[in-house]
Amino acid sequence: MARQPMSYKTKNRLEIAAMYLVIAVMTVIIFYPLIWAFGMSLNPGTNLYGASIIPENASFVHYEWLFTSPRSNYLLWYRNTIFVAVSVSLLGTLITSFTAYAFSRYRFRGRTYGLYAFLLLQMFPVLMAMVALYILLNTIGLLDSLTGLILIYIGNTIPMNAFLVKGYIDTLPRELDESAKMDGAGHFRIFFQILLPLTKPILSVVALFNFMNPFMDFILPRIVLRSPENYTLALGLFNFVNDQFSNNFTRFAAGAILIAVPIATVYLFLQKYLISGLASGATKG
Amino acid sequence: MATKNDQETNKNRQDNQNSNHNPTLAMLLSIIPGLGQAYNKRYLKGAAIFVLFAAFAIVMFDFMSDGLQGLFTLGTEERVDDSRVFLSEGILSLIFLTFYLIFYWVNLQDARRDAIKIKNGWQVGGVMAGFKNAWDTAFPYMLVGPGLMFLIFVVLFPLLFMGFLAFTNYNLYNSPPRHLLDWVGFDNFINLFTIAEWRNTFMSVLSWTLVWTFFATTLAIGLAMFLAVLTNDKRLKGKKIIRTIFILPWAVPGFVTIIIFSAMFNDNFGAINTDILQPLFGTSIPWLTDPTWTRIALIMIQTWLGFPFVFALFTGVLQGISSDWYEAADMDGATRMQKFRHITFPHLMFATGPLLITQYTFNFNNFNIIYLFNEGGPAVRGQTAGGTDILISWIYDLTFTNSQYSMAAAISLILGMIVATFAFVQFRRSRSFKEEGTF
Repeated sequence: MARQPMSYKTKNRLEIAAMYLVIAVMTVIIFYPLIWAFGMSLNPGTNLYGASIIPENASFVHYEWLFTSPRSNYLLWYRNTIFVAVSVSLLGTLITSFTAYAFSRYRFRGRTYGLYAFLLLQMFPVLMAMVALYILLNTIGLLDSLTGLILIYIGNTIPMNAFLVKGYIDTLPRELDESAKMDGAGHFRIFFQILLPLTKPILSVVALFNFMNPFMDFILPRIVLRSPENYTLALGLFNFVNDQFSNNFTRFAAGAILIAVPIATVYLFLQKYLISGLASGATKG
Repeated sequence: MATKNDQETNKNRQDNQNSNHNPTLAMLLSIIPGLGQAYNKRYLKGAAIFVLFAAFAIVMFDFMSDGLQGLFTLGTEERVDDSRVFLSEGILSLIFLTFYLIFYWVNLQDARRDAIKIKNGWQVGGVMAGFKNAWDTAFPYMLVGPGLMFLIFVVLFPLLFMGFLAFTNYNLYNSPPRHLLDWVGFDNFINLFTIAEWRNTFMSVLSWTLVWTFFATTLAIGLAMFLAVLTNDKRLKGKKIIRTIFILPWAVPGFVTIIIFSAMFNDNFGAINTDILQPLFGTSIPWLTDPTWTRIALIMIQTWLGFPFVFALFTGVLQGISSDWYEAADMDGATRMQKFRHITFPHLMFATGPLLITQYTFNFNNFNIIYLFNEGGPAVRGQTAGGTDILISWIYDLTFTNSQYSMAAAISLILGMIVATFAFVQFRRSRSFKEEGTF
């Protein structure tokens, strides 16, 4: 009986050690590919073969190449992506908030059908209709243009986000806008001056999602964009490895790290809001 | 005829009470849009409606009749007519026609409702009141309008186009503008299930899609649950840093990590083989050339990519579980396993159930990882799909590599059915949908 506390203590220690071991193993598994990619980006060669995670003659030539070489479109791609991201973020969020406001606050004829339509249409993956999108953009002359890409992004972000925002507006007390109406405020004033400031938290999540998406999506740009000077970052980087796989991996790694670091930083800082946004979007659907 | 009627009833109306005002007549008059509104003494509104409908009819009539006709024939002259243009104009005409009919119906209903109100003694207000009223009614539609337009042209239209395409014979050998397309009914679907090559490919792709969805998602959820419970332990220090590390794979853009993994798993000079397996075990594994190994690699990578988000969700839930539960369980002498099974697990599932289902649907259509890792490969002899192609990536291959547009569309339709059924069942169960039903 006297040994009981001792063994309990040892057991306790062993358990804690085991937990830290698991965490250590997971940390290695998580960091290994990321550090490996960083190591690759420092290899001066362009080939995977002979490259190592800790290169003997580490250098930043690939980073330099991306920014200074006349043959590099990296900065152009950055500009394109930011242009697309800002447009989608602004327009998409504005239209989303209009739609959500109407569905949440007005009882108009056809409202239920509208909600069903939004629900139904958001279920289908964009990719399913890619042939049609391609042909459609081709017909109206928006193929290989950033405008076409922006329009498709906006169209695809609306249904899902509209529900997210609608769910949020639903939780705001109706007395707010009703009393404003009593005071003679018009529809637009109620929206812009009373509801919009209150919906800021969820709208910023939506805006951020809309902003980040063009940085990470490569498949839609791949279908829509043709000429390298119109590429977005993701597509441009993808083509580094897609054209001749082993030849340009180190360059890809350099370019990828330059976008992964800022994005990951934003995500880690805002994780709480982003995750709760994603979560409420799915449960309140 | 109609105008004469109109005048007569108007005269009657002045002699008699409003009870003589006939809603059915108002509705019938509105067969010519605006006339019923005029009968209701709302002349300005009537005129506006008439002008709008007339303008729409005049402007769109040619386009729509040509479009609908084209949808039927899909073009008549080879090399001159492009069936794809005919198809898309036909679908646009269908959409416009639907709009027209809806507005027409609204116009009829509007005439009827106003007439009923007048019959019950309602006085038609002045022009200003009419404007105010119209503005109030129209406002929500104006708000929804832009979103709906985007939805119709960017989401609905392409989906309809794809749906129609599934019933044509658009493939490599019969492609516009060189050839005309024809309607072939359900031939594509019949071929998919009767021609052995198609059927076998479809079945093997479908079964791998299901296996992939199940394992990739379940493993990620399992790992997330294990780590969430582990890091929730009171005895652990540095929780904040540990959690940040565990969320990292979610924060790094997916396409970047998948391409990195694809290089690491490279058979000849990837780090997994050259740096880990060779030195430690003296062997290397054909990650990208053997279908089974590719599948295993894919599931492992998706677990790496997928667990952090679920981990974050679980951690949030765990922090919210009141410690009373566990204290009560300790009193009763419950083992750790019992506490997990009866307290932790039910809490996690209750709070995150619907979200976990979306994880499954996400992986079901997870095109990025399949395509970026190995483009669905390695190739399999005798079929158009690679060894790791899931339905959506197979559709992509059929479209952009093999030019089997119609078959790709047919499979897309089947995929759409699966997704829609699944999602619909889920949404019916979700909370807000039930609330929605009470309005």
